[in-house]
Amino acid sequence: MYMLQGKKIIAVGDRDGIPGPAIEECLKSAGAEIIFASTECFV
Amino acid sequence: MDLEIQQRIKDLTEKHGAENIVVVIGGAEAEASGLSAETVAAGDPTYAGPLAGIALGLAVYHMVEPEIKDECDATVYDEQCGMMEMVLDVDAIIDEVSKVRKEFSKF
Repeated sequence: MYMLQGKKIIAVGDRDGIPGPAIEECLKSAGAEIIFASTECFV
Repeated sequence: MDLEIQQRIKDLTEKHGAENIVVVIGGAEAEASGLSAETVAAGDPTYAGPLAGIALGLAVYHMVEPEIKDECDATVYDEQCGMMEMVLDVDAIIDEVSKVRKEFSKF
C-alpha cells in the first residue's frame, strides 16, 4: 500500500484496452501525480 | 510504442529522475503490453524510436496488476476499468508485464 504516493505517473493507455484518461482517474484516487497521459491507437 | 510517446518518456525521465517515475500501461493484450513495458525498462526492442538502446529501467505496471489496482479507489476502478478487465486476458497480461519488470526494471 502507498507505493504510488508521491510518485510521478506516466500513463500509456490503449484505445482497445484501458485508455489514458481511465488510468489517470484511477491513479488520482490512489494519491499519485500524473505527469503525462496518452492513449495509443494501433489502427 | 509511438515514437512521440517514447520521446516524452525520455524527456520526463531526465527531468524528474527515473527513481521517481512509475509507468502504468493499459495495453489490450499481453504481447503488446510486454513490448511497451520492455521499451520503458530495457529500451525500444524494435530499435525504431528515441529509446532504442536506452535502458531507462523504469518501474512499469499494467493497470490491472494488483500492485496498482489495489491502491486505487475501488469505485473509481470499477467505473473506469471494470468493464475492460472482464474482456482482457488479465492473467496473461500480468504474467508478461511482471516478467519484463523483474528482468529489466531498476526501481
